[in-house]
Amino acid sequence: MTPRPPAVAPPSLGRAALLVAEREITSQVRSKSFLISTAVLLVGVLAAIVVSSLMSGRESADVPVAVVRSVAGEVPTTDGLALSDVPDRDAAEQAVRDGDVDAAVVPADGPLGVEVLAMDRAPQVLLDALTERPEVELLEPAAAEGGIRYAVTFGFGLVFMMSAIGFGSTIAQNTVTEKQTRIVEILLSAVPARALLAGKILGNSALALGQTAAIAAVSVLALVVTGQDDLLTMIGTPVVWFVVFFALGFVLLASVFAASASLVSRIEDTGVVLQPAMWLTMLPYFLVVFFNDNATVLTVMSYVPFSAPVGMPVRLFLGEAAWWEPLLSLAVLAGSSVVVIAVAARIYERSVLRMGARVRVREVLSGAGAD
Amino acid sequence: MLELHGISRSFGDRLVLDDVSFTVGRGRLTGFVGGNGAGKTTTMRIILGVLAPHGGTVTVDGAPVVGAQRARFGYMPEERGLYPKMQLVEHLTYLARLHGFDRQGATERAEALVERLGLTPRAKDPVESLSLGNQQRAQVAAALVHDPDVLVLDEPFSGLDPMAVEVVQGVLAERAAQGVPVLFSSHQLDVVERLCDDLVIIAGGQVRAAGTREELRSRHGSARHEIVAEGDMGWLRDVPRVRVDELAGGSAVFEAPADVAQHVLTAALARGPVRAFTPLRPSLAEIFRDVVADEPDLQEVAR
Repeated sequence: MTPRPPAVAPPSLGRAALLVAEREITSQVRSKSFLISTAVLLVGVLAAIVVSSLMSGRESADVPVAVVRSVAGEVPTTDGLALSDVPDRDAAEQAVRDGDVDAAVVPADGPLGVEVLAMDRAPQVLLDALTERPEVELLEPAAAEGGIRYAVTFGFGLVFMMSAIGFGSTIAQNTVTEKQTRIVEILLSAVPARALLAGKILGNSALALGQTAAIAAVSVLALVVTGQDDLLTMIGTPVVWFVVFFALGFVLLASVFAASASLVSRIEDTGVVLQPAMWLTMLPYFLVVFFNDNATVLTVMSYVPFSAPVGMPVRLFLGEAAWWEPLLSLAVLAGSSVVVIAVAARIYERSVLRMGARVRVREVLSGAGAD
Repeated sequence: MLELHGISRSFGDRLVLDDVSFTVGRGRLTGFVGGNGAGKTTTMRIILGVLAPHGGTVTVDGAPVVGAQRARFGYMPEERGLYPKMQLVEHLTYLARLHGFDRQGATERAEALVERLGLTPRAKDPVESLSLGNQQRAQVAAALVHDPDVLVLDEPFSGLDPMAVEVVQGVLAERAAQGVPVLFSSHQLDVVERLCDDLVIIAGGQVRAAGTREELRSRHGSARHEIVAEGDMGWLRDVPRVRVDELAGGSAVFEAPADVAQHVLTAALARGPVRAFTPLRPSLAEIFRDVVADEPDLQEVAR
């Protein structure tokens, strides 16, 4: 007999999980579909911000402003303002409503003797030009506030949903593919199921977080470039919180996706088992879209673990949450993540090697059908 | 050596393995033969710990196999599985690393194995682009890349051309020569017959025969002889205790106890010259038929 080379020690659980995570990341990053979808996403975010900025006329050199003749002397002819004369307050209001001008300066009773009329918000350049800040009368204030509110809440909800569904599906698909091709049998003869699951969650969470951070970075960049810094100061802190919540919230969802997918043996069957996970992912989005002006719903959302990653940043943005609330919600999320991951690991460990018919969750958890 | 002691397993109320015991010796290529649904794959999955037995134990050198030890097994599952999009060498490297090799050691091993199996031109190709035969070789490589202490291969030769069978056979023999117990299943009885030192025949979830190839040959299968004589052998049909299997002019194949066969030879010589008189060794296919035939179906027994 020829001597055999010395055996190597099997890797530790942590190291095995890192190896699995490394493979998940490299294989994703190299896939064309991932690169293209990420690029499309980032370009889309950039385009949305730039286009919305152009639409609101921020890029135009001069802001058209109507000035009632009697107070024409109050408005200096600064750069950035295109002044036009109107005979009286009614004509000025009409011009604003028609969209001919962004704002109008009209006589008023106050000590300044003037006030500003605007649709949703008074142009900053006009307010800066006036020596003393006048009263601003917004013609349609509710709609305006709702607009930004809607856009931002919609943004958080959409980014979370898209990202969670995208990477959640990837996890699910990889899990089933491993089962279907039986490579899982080879993998599990090398490393424990726990390491495989942990690596899968870790790798995809890192990717999802990376992508979300990139979206956040592109958004910030776009806002700065298009001169919407004022909006940035409003959403800056909530965005940071969003990324923090996202990291934890995604780990939670990822484990649900992996455990669900481990119940079936064929790609064709994944749709059905993933439904609950999909609903958990989409629900926060729909809630935030339909109830973004309902403080009660938002408050509940911001504490329920699956919707907290959307709910809490939205409330922070709206200024409805006290400083300790995100911390409490984060603690709730972390606690429930530990529980859910433990359950998911149990389901995964017990069902990932069972081929053929769909495995019942109850059967797996009761331990009666344990292999 | 790898030993199975009284392994049993059922799926639902269907008993698929019933008290299966056999031994795979160090340095022995052991063939595991049985019909479809005989329990080969289930047995192998139990050895690997992919499936838990309902009774019995698996031991290596007398000690029950535990988790970490199974990581030192090499396994080729029945349904081939590798990540379709991964490059071959990269894939093998990944598997070796999962078994604890560092990156460099893993890569060296993967490259050496790819070369040994004649896959070097395909080393950088994604697994899914390989031909079926090459995927099969890749699968063998995946089972071997971490220098396993025990090798369990489910149908390693199916779908391979004769050249590839030769290569894989060589690789397995090498591992056996290093003292690794090698168990492989196959439907191709001729291949098994040629390769293996020991045989385990399973049918209906029970081991029907086990032992070295020669033992099985002498124990099972009938005593048959071929005789070729100058004259017509038609008279053989009338000899008592002789069963004639084939008869064409001067040549005949018959089954008879040894003394009767000698008597036939004497009688033939009395009638004229005899060109040949050969005892026929039973082929594996014949042993298999002999062992498996007419046994009650276990499934029906279970019900």
